[in-house]
Amino acid sequence: MTAVNAPTAGGTHAADRRRRIAASPAAWTVWGAVVLFMIFLVGIVGSVLVNSFGTRWFGTWLPQGVTAGWYSQAWTDFALLQVIITTLEVAAAVVVLSVLVGVPASYVLARRNFPGKKVVYLAFLLPIMMPPITYGIPLATVLYKFNLAGNLSGVILANLVPCVPFVILTMTPFIEQIDPAIERAARMSGARTLSIFTRILAPLLVPGILASSILVLVRTVGMFELTFLTAGPDSTTLVVALFNSMNAAGIRAQQSVDAMAVIYMSVMMVLLVVALRFVNPTQLVAQVKEEPEP
Amino acid sequence: MSTEAATQHPGLSVRHRLAERGVDSQLLLLLPAVVFVIGLFVYPFLYGLGLSFQPAKGGGAFADYQRFFSDSFQRDTIWKTLRLSVPAALFNVLASVPIAYRMRGKFRGKRLITTLLVIPITLGTVLTAEGLLNFLGPAGWFNRTLMSIGLVDHPVRLINNYWGVFFSLVITGFPFAFLLILSYISGIDPSLERAAATLGADWRARFQRITLPLLAPGLATTFCLTFVLAFSVFPSAILVGDPTGATRVISIAAYQAAYEQYDYPFASAIAMVMGAVELLVIAVVLLWRSRFYVGSTGGKG
Repeated sequence: MTAVNAPTAGGTHAADRRRRIAASPAAWTVWGAVVLFMIFLVGIVGSVLVNSFGTRWFGTWLPQGVTAGWYSQAWTDFALLQVIITTLEVAAAVVVLSVLVGVPASYVLARRNFPGKKVVYLAFLLPIMMPPITYGIPLATVLYKFNLAGNLSGVILANLVPCVPFVILTMTPFIEQIDPAIERAARMSGARTLSIFTRILAPLLVPGILASSILVLVRTVGMFELTFLTAGPDSTTLVVALFNSMNAAGIRAQQSVDAMAVIYMSVMMVLLVVALRFVNPTQLVAQVKEEPEP
Repeated sequence: MSTEAATQHPGLSVRHRLAERGVDSQLLLLLPAVVFVIGLFVYPFLYGLGLSFQPAKGGGAFADYQRFFSDSFQRDTIWKTLRLSVPAALFNVLASVPIAYRMRGKFRGKRLITTLLVIPITLGTVLTAEGLLNFLGPAGWFNRTLMSIGLVDHPVRLINNYWGVFFSLVITGFPFAFLLILSYISGIDPSLERAAATLGADWRARFQRITLPLLAPGLATTFCLTFVLAFSVFPSAILVGDPTGATRVISIAAYQAAYEQYDYPFASAIAMVMGAVELLVIAVVLLWRSRFYVGSTGGKG
């Protein structure tokens, strides 16, 4: 369960240069598969990118001309400024709230044993294990009942459901590896729980909080299902707006939709580059790992 | 509860006894998260479960479930979802194993490859769908290449059908499965294999007798997580699939009931069926997994 402090892994593999006996056709197949996948990836991203800059593209390898006009058209047609502002508002609110709710809980889970700990842990695990649509539809029904869905607050609340457990599950192992003796020393010197949190733990926790915040940010901007189920016309995020414009195909030019896709893509790429400065690539994936082994 | 007990015993001793069992005021830090999970996850889920037994059109508690299972248009969505998600998840896991096995050591460019693989996960299904429409479409680069090297005469139809959705599930699911399995494989202590090699085991035997048994629990977990992703396929099933036919998956059925017919009880019933089917598959996999060795993999797990 080394979710946040993983970068140390792999150090012992330095001596692992061996086993070239394994038949080379196998190696060719493996590398061929990787290359094929990369070609698909480049093709998918590249064709969106090329199409968004092309004037007219029909029956040729590349478009006839180059234009940036689709971007200005997409910007005005889809009211992208508003959409991007909404996306950032939702993402910022989700990050702040999930850290505020999640970190204290992960502190207790990391440091304490109490009756019912397993049940609590399971309750935090379930929202991540369930597909968003399964709990998203009952959740949206409840939110609509309390008039919370269809606006910004509904989108934020729905996105918190997988994000708070995510923060808890990534922060718990991080807190576990902070030496509890530091807190005991502070307590002996007369610090109360609040000042232990703000003066002792918070500075030590900053790297972990930063890592899990950026992961939550990436997940929230990319989260389609929950936002889609709870968003109203003025609270759609970028990915939902992209889906809506694709689904209403024919109304807008395909290139205009692609321009929007490129804008979404560049937002995600910026986030990814930032994320990779703080976390290991596997951490973007491995939000749920095995139970810690004894 | 503590105040009640406090009237019978001196208050201090109750607090003391609770503290001995690990209950004290510090647990209050857990409160916001617990309230949150109960309010936004447990309650809506139970509400949906209750709602699914109160059909909008009347006819007994199980009427909506009966409606789902008696209408082949609705019932078949289970089969269609499984037909997409199980092969896609299996493919992603099985294709990851040899590649991750080969890449477990250290080599130049490993970080670059893992970073490239994170891209499709970050982009998500909606953008992948848009790219697949362009790339695999009849006038896309893929078909043009196939035609220009003379492999096919007419464009192969790869979008707006089963294969379009399958490809989108592989594009987003494979990197996910690969990175997980890579971290599992890297956690297996390499000295175990070296010991086997000293005893004369060839690479096939080493893989079958050492790596695979140690990897099996990780494979099961990865399969479960990939399967959950594939099972809830929704945007790509609409965009690159055939949402009225071959890829009308169960999440589309639930969405249509809720947002097109405004029949929330029926939609909740479908969501519950969806959750039950998914948990069933996961339970089968975990049951299978429990037959394997569980314990330390000898390395940093």
